[in-house]
Amino acid sequence: MDKHLFEYLLRLGDSTLILSQRLSAWCGHGPVLEEDLALTNTALDLLGQARMWLTLAGEVEGAGRDEDQLAYLRDVHEFRNCLLVEQPNGDYGATMARQFLFDTWHYFLLQGLVQSSDERVAAVAAKAIKEVTYHVRRAGDLVVRLGDGTEESHRRMQNAIDAAWRYTGELFVDDEVDLDVAGRGIGVALSGLRAPWLEHVTEVLQEATLEVPEEAQAFMPLLRGGRQGRHSEELGYVLAEMQYLQRAYPGASW
Amino acid sequence: MSKAWPLWEVFIRSQHGLAHKHVGSLHAPDAEMAINNARDVYTRRNEGLSIWVVRAADIVASSPGDKEPLFEPANSKVYRHPTFFPMPEEIKHM
Repeated sequence: MDKHLFEYLLRLGDSTLILSQRLSAWCGHGPVLEEDLALTNTALDLLGQARMWLTLAGEVEGAGRDEDQLAYLRDVHEFRNCLLVEQPNGDYGATMARQFLFDTWHYFLLQGLVQSSDERVAAVAAKAIKEVTYHVRRAGDLVVRLGDGTEESHRRMQNAIDAAWRYTGELFVDDEVDLDVAGRGIGVALSGLRAPWLEHVTEVLQEATLEVPEEAQAFMPLLRGGRQGRHSEELGYVLAEMQYLQRAYPGASW
Repeated sequence: MSKAWPLWEVFIRSQHGLAHKHVGSLHAPDAEMAINNARDVYTRRNEGLSIWVVRAADIVASSPGDKEPLFEPANSKVYRHPTFFPMPEEIKHM
């Protein structure tokens, strides 16, 4: 088995899966009908991507695990999502900050992955990037309108960006898995994504009249490790809810 | 928040459609977000190729009370209705 590629695919699948699960919790609770529909659309886009990545991960592993087993029957320490996506929804500003910072990273990552030397990876990325191109645009538009809105929305949006910012550092730190997979032309070195990410994020935050947090805030060593399986306490709660049915009634279907 | 958001009317040209059709309305803070919202609310199942949004306040509608003066006169003038001619096959979408 190509262990590094398996890990790499889990990281892609888990980040999209967990963010989709988080966004789904907004269903019926969005601030207005239009936002409610838009967020659930995004959640479904991400779930579709998670299914493709996890299916592929299962194939690469070659142990007979399918997308469902990978999604519903792994424990916290086996999840490889980045810490940013497991953070709570909070208010709408917090959800949009998390979304915008992730989407921007996701977009530049996929831009690299569409040129992957592994044609299966390239194919999934090609499908995903169409959806993610829209996610980035929409999340950015919302950040601008909330940042440049009322005094209250500006304050909340700035707080949300500051809070989410602390979890962005790990998005740009390569470990041996990233370096190996990138070295073989299958994946993308994350360190190279920082500059375009920061450029786009800065542009949008400036338009939103928001401050760009200091670089050091993103690289606090303790707030890293999601992609290696070291998670914040939040993920356990997400999984408890998401996996309950399959755990309580193994093999249940309807 | 929704109180501050104006109402927009949404027109969508479908995959094989020749013209934009009114499909409904939505609330959005500005034109750009109205297009985004229209995409999410009305084109989730591949319905459209092109979206128009227009502020509901910018639409001027005929009044139901004007029905007679506006539309009745034409009914009594059969020569205005070209229903006596068979439509040639080659002319489509008339």
